[in-house]
Amino acid sequence: MNIHEYQAKEILNAYGIPVPRGRVALTSDQVERASKEMGGRCVIKAQIYAGGRGKAGGVKLVHHPEQAQEFGKELFGKRLVTPQTGPEGLKVRRILVEEAVEIAREFYLSITLDRESSRYCLIASAEGGVDIEEVARKSPDKIHMLAIDPYTALRPYQARKVALALGLTGSVCEDCVELILNLYRCCLEKDCQLVEINPLVVTRAGWLLAMDAKITFDDNAVFRHREYPDMMDYSQLDPLEINASKYDLAYIKLQGNVGCMVNGAGLAMATLDVLKEFGAEPANFLDVGGGATREKVAEAFKIILEDCDVKGVFVNIFGGIMRCDIIAQGIIEAAAEVKCLLPIVVRMDGSKVEEGKKLLLDSGLNVQCADNLGDGAERIVRMLG
Amino acid sequence: MSILINKESRILVQGITGRSGLFHTRQCRDYGSEIVAGVTPGRGGIHIEGIPVFNTVAEAVHYTRATVSMIFVPPPAAADAVMEACDAGLELAVCITEGIPIRDMVLVRRYQEGSNTRLIGPNCPGVITPGECKLGIMPGYIHRKGKIGVVSRSGTLTYEAVKQLTDSGLGQSTCVGIGGDPIIGMKFIDVLQLFNDDPDTEGVFMIGEIGGGAEEDAAVWIRDNMNKPVAAFIAGVTAPPGKRMGHAGAIITGGKGRAEDKIRTLEECGVTVSSSPTRMGEAMLTALGV
Repeated sequence: MNIHEYQAKEILNAYGIPVPRGRVALTSDQVERASKEMGGRCVIKAQIYAGGRGKAGGVKLVHHPEQAQEFGKELFGKRLVTPQTGPEGLKVRRILVEEAVEIAREFYLSITLDRESSRYCLIASAEGGVDIEEVARKSPDKIHMLAIDPYTALRPYQARKVALALGLTGSVCEDCVELILNLYRCCLEKDCQLVEINPLVVTRAGWLLAMDAKITFDDNAVFRHREYPDMMDYSQLDPLEINASKYDLAYIKLQGNVGCMVNGAGLAMATLDVLKEFGAEPANFLDVGGGATREKVAEAFKIILEDCDVKGVFVNIFGGIMRCDIIAQGIIEAAAEVKCLLPIVVRMDGSKVEEGKKLLLDSGLNVQCADNLGDGAERIVRMLG
Repeated sequence: MSILINKESRILVQGITGRSGLFHTRQCRDYGSEIVAGVTPGRGGIHIEGIPVFNTVAEAVHYTRATVSMIFVPPPAAADAVMEACDAGLELAVCITEGIPIRDMVLVRRYQEGSNTRLIGPNCPGVITPGECKLGIMPGYIHRKGKIGVVSRSGTLTYEAVKQLTDSGLGQSTCVGIGGDPIIGMKFIDVLQLFNDDPDTEGVFMIGEIGGGAEEDAAVWIRDNMNKPVAAFIAGVTAPPGKRMGHAGAIITGGKGRAEDKIRTLEECGVTVSSSPTRMGEAMLTALGV
């Protein structure tokens, strides 16, 4: 689960990590007022759930409140397209206005999960403010990594080694040690998958400051943090994806016209791969869960059909233990409820396959049943002409 | 022979009184697995379906000589359940639970260091040795006893692969679903090693997906150590970057974890990669040189 930069900074600040003075604005008048508070000269930052905002024109240094207001007007409602947003971009609805800071040096600092060691890993680099993956590719020696033992937690001497490796000395180095320890505390207590400060800067005045911040919460830990759902900015998500998440369905909107409903994430991915192989473009990824129930199948079907791009539906359920006649019932009910006339191909495997097929074929829907994965993909391509 | 489980395995079910715990206990028993105990804290002393329920794993092991555990405990208490299984010295713990927080799993993995208990999962379908023992939620009927080992990060895609193997006349020695989470117990290499050492396994089918670098690591290990043919399929060639594709671990980040790279590395290391999920059985036959 993602949150905005300003929210991430509020959290970091609560953990004693210094961030620039700033205000969130929802209108261009608020942008102007905030700019005045900062003394005119300030940085205007569009808040969207994606990186790469600077290059997309979402960040600007302005010199007086009128200019701030003007830029605010330009940004609000604009769709920013960055390498992380997809071609349709994300709409700007919130703007962070921050004091302008004189920067002496920039660093990269993050804590994230390292799958290989099954531990949280501290990552730091003296090459800050740039794409860290780029640094990792071009000069891996400039990246310092440390896998953290959960039993001992991060030790001050370990943080100090990293701070020294970044080239920090004296009191700034000790400030950085404290900052790193606080960052780890934040990562654990807030159940983060990623906490990233990029760049972490040393100002001309010699202070550390988190200039940009990103936090991704661990979706599996939301049950421990009741405040997380309220922090979500639903305007940044696809409305269909929001709807799907209410029913605990994993749904991702894609660009094509074949709606897909599959049980299990791996099989769902493989189903998209097969459709492409047969020359069709999937409209979505949808996992109804390994053990799909009739209710979930019905909800999933409705969500797929709410997408206007969908011209046909491919259902691939490897039921196994589940009964196919029950799944067929779910499809028929949902299709009837939304008056679906689109072509549907259903591939089912599990117990009572024949009963399920018969129910579907007798239902009056525009439906064909497939014997296997390839047969199903071929049929939906043919039905769509 | 087989790996991990066989007809001698004595199963204990943690979370046996929950809905899915009970449902799958019945399914496994119907398949022929020997379920000797259940554990649900606070419910010790009762019998469910004739199976004695205990408050702790240690107690259950003491009275029933259980050797392996199947865990259906909900996410908030699941990490504790895995640690308890390790503490009781079981050979194997298979954690089916989906949705365990990362922080909890980091602790579990640390706790496991120095323990002899093997962990499969979490967020996995479990393990089955066809005809002998089913320890998980997979449908038993698609499997057939045979000589192919199967190891996979997926659930239902594994069923698809197994069905294709069975339809191609290839039975399975043991099928292992290692789970779709970023932090798991046994990884591809751990399972491949067991298959390599198992005299009754003649070839291995491996199912991977986008995210992480476990498939690449496995590829290199196969090149250097494996003396049996391996075929593979990697799901998610068409997955968009930056999106979590259902599984918590299935996400392409920063240009890493892409299916193309995994496929290329596997092929370079001598693995027969199925280009389509519709031809997984064929790929295995090709690898075997049949």
